[in-house]
Amino acid sequence: MLIQILEQVLNGLLAGAYYLLIALGLTLIFSLGGLVNLAHGAFYALGAYFAVKIADVLGFGPAFVLSPIAVALIGIVVERSLFRRFYREDPALGLLLTFGLAMVAEQALRWIFGAAPIPFSIPPALKGQVLVGDFIYSKYRLLMFAVATVAVGGLWVLLQKTPFGRVVRAGVQNPDMLAALGISLAPYMASVVALAVALAALAGVLLAPISGVHPAMGADILTASFVVVVIGGLGSFWGVVLAALIVGVVRGLTIYFYPPAAEASMYLLMVLVLLFRPRGLFGERIQRFE
Amino acid sequence: MDRSKVSRRRRGLLQGAGATAALGALGFPAIVRSQAENIRIGHLTPRTGFLGPLGEYAVMGVTLAVEEINAAGGIMGRKIDLIAEDSVNPQTASTKAERLIERDKVVAIIGEISSASGLAIAQVAQRNRILFFNTGCNSDELRGKACNRYMFHTEAANSMYVAAEGNALLRDGMVKGKKWYSLTADYAFGHDLLRVAKRFMAANGGEFAADELVPTDVADFSPYLLKIRNAKPDLVISNLAGNQIGNFMKQYLEFGLPFPVAGFGFDTAIAWGVGKGNVLGTWPLVWDSQVKTPSSQRFVEAFVKKYGKPPENQAWGDYLSTKHVALAMNEIKSTDSTKVVEHLEKGAKFDILKTREGYYRDWDHQLMQQMYTLTFKPVAEVKDRWDLFTLSAPVPATDQSLEVLAPTKTENACTMPA
Repeated sequence: MLIQILEQVLNGLLAGAYYLLIALGLTLIFSLGGLVNLAHGAFYALGAYFAVKIADVLGFGPAFVLSPIAVALIGIVVERSLFRRFYREDPALGLLLTFGLAMVAEQALRWIFGAAPIPFSIPPALKGQVLVGDFIYSKYRLLMFAVATVAVGGLWVLLQKTPFGRVVRAGVQNPDMLAALGISLAPYMASVVALAVALAALAGVLLAPISGVHPAMGADILTASFVVVVIGGLGSFWGVVLAALIVGVVRGLTIYFYPPAAEASMYLLMVLVLLFRPRGLFGERIQRFE
Repeated sequence: MDRSKVSRRRRGLLQGAGATAALGALGFPAIVRSQAENIRIGHLTPRTGFLGPLGEYAVMGVTLAVEEINAAGGIMGRKIDLIAEDSVNPQTASTKAERLIERDKVVAIIGEISSASGLAIAQVAQRNRILFFNTGCNSDELRGKACNRYMFHTEAANSMYVAAEGNALLRDGMVKGKKWYSLTADYAFGHDLLRVAKRFMAANGGEFAADELVPTDVADFSPYLLKIRNAKPDLVISNLAGNQIGNFMKQYLEFGLPFPVAGFGFDTAIAWGVGKGNVLGTWPLVWDSQVKTPSSQRFVEAFVKKYGKPPENQAWGDYLSTKHVALAMNEIKSTDSTKVVEHLEKGAKFDILKTREGYYRDWDHQLMQQMYTLTFKPVAEVKDRWDLFTLSAPVPATDQSLEVLAPTKTENACTMPA
């Protein structure tokens, strides 16, 4: 039994990557722009649909690279034309905007590609399982975990070690001071949104062969990703990473001990965390939100 | 420091989490209207959410049927106007059914796939004495405890699916003394199916290694797969529904588990959405385009011509129900629901696009019909994306009564409220 519990813990850690890429993008856009992006799931779905179409012609490899880039470009257009008008507005307006966008995107996908899921397989080269002792795992999921790790690591380096990252972090903490120093956040916002939606699209590409490509896939994953952001704490990079891993593990253990509560477990976890740490696990005191 | 802003921002984020849950709940009604002298038929089925892919085929089926009926002169010379909407969930389904009856004055409601929503619509239909043809809800409960005079079931009941699939499992020696591990969708349909499956297993000497409830929003099955692997069952049983069946099959193969798989509920559109190389198991089916009768082939040809793809079991259900409503009304020369009920209860026979005719059983209004099972072809034998499986010969055998698959009065008692 101990071995089986260990198995679930390991699987939970790996499955955490499932929400991580989406949650990181959400938290980036929210902490810099103050915009709760309910359309984030739509970019995830777009990533998956683009991957299917690109893979049809060029194969999985190019789809893996091109789909996030294509979605990032759409992200820039959406940021320039819509998001930027809402950064300083009442958050409710941003919610309405992105809620509407999410619906438009989902219905557009349904209209163009149909409501039925579209087949998309794991590429033959990545199929198969890895056996370590008695622990079995899917090769593809290990790869997915590796890609997510690299993406998260890359994002961290970008935010911590580059001039770009310093401006973004300063923008999160105190945009007024940044403005006083003569630095405009506007061009940075476009890059941040592009980066955030590209991460969501990357998640879409990676998860498409596992959880299916259908119009509602974005809405399905978004709620859980929000929970991860709330548990992790606003503005905290590592908080979100840790929260994603914890949610994965808690979900796995719940399925081991009491399967009907599988999806409820993460909401319970959120309630518990908020009771004791209202800012989330590592939520920072961000001046402009205080 | 502006304190009010904190809470507002943070609350905004939480509201976001809640709002996304509601995202899937809104759909766009497709309303087709015209002159008052036309006869209106309402169609409700889930077009979003995890049953949405099936709902899309349902709408295609009912639309084609209405076109064909109108082209052939309609109902008693009057054209049909179809009012088709997304039923979303039981609450919305109930509200929309009320509106269709009271405001739009429909003569019948056709459709639904979710057993929970079907129950809600059935109650409205009963109260208003308007026909409801159930085209996709499988729960026995709808034919038993919750049965009513105005509800008819073109879709087969859970126990018919279990009997059809059970025949195949008995033939393959997968029941007696075998350990089953079942995953069951955690809502009305799944609970009902699990109950019927347990009855079958108890009667035939099988036992459960485990039976687990799976919330309908689970997309990642890896924790379940690890558990199944450790339990080493003789057979893995799916009592899942909609997209979950596809995700389950895909991930089962991804993890390379060695145990055979079977299921008691299946939809072809889901298998198409998963694609060759990602499907496995033995499953029951109510109809498929491989059934080669003249009327079945006419339906398939018309469907392919209109939509560019073949119909599947759900399109069949909604197409057939609509045809039956029109046939019955033309036959008795009345659109009065109560008169239609009396006509159908007398045992009117219908072409159901299978080798034997069907009829709606008088005491529970279940369509008596043949069933099939399917097994997937090896990848090398698959010709195109629609050609994934081989269909069995129909059950029951030609010398047996159609009723042998259906639940008996003692198994699923139905007392119709007056």
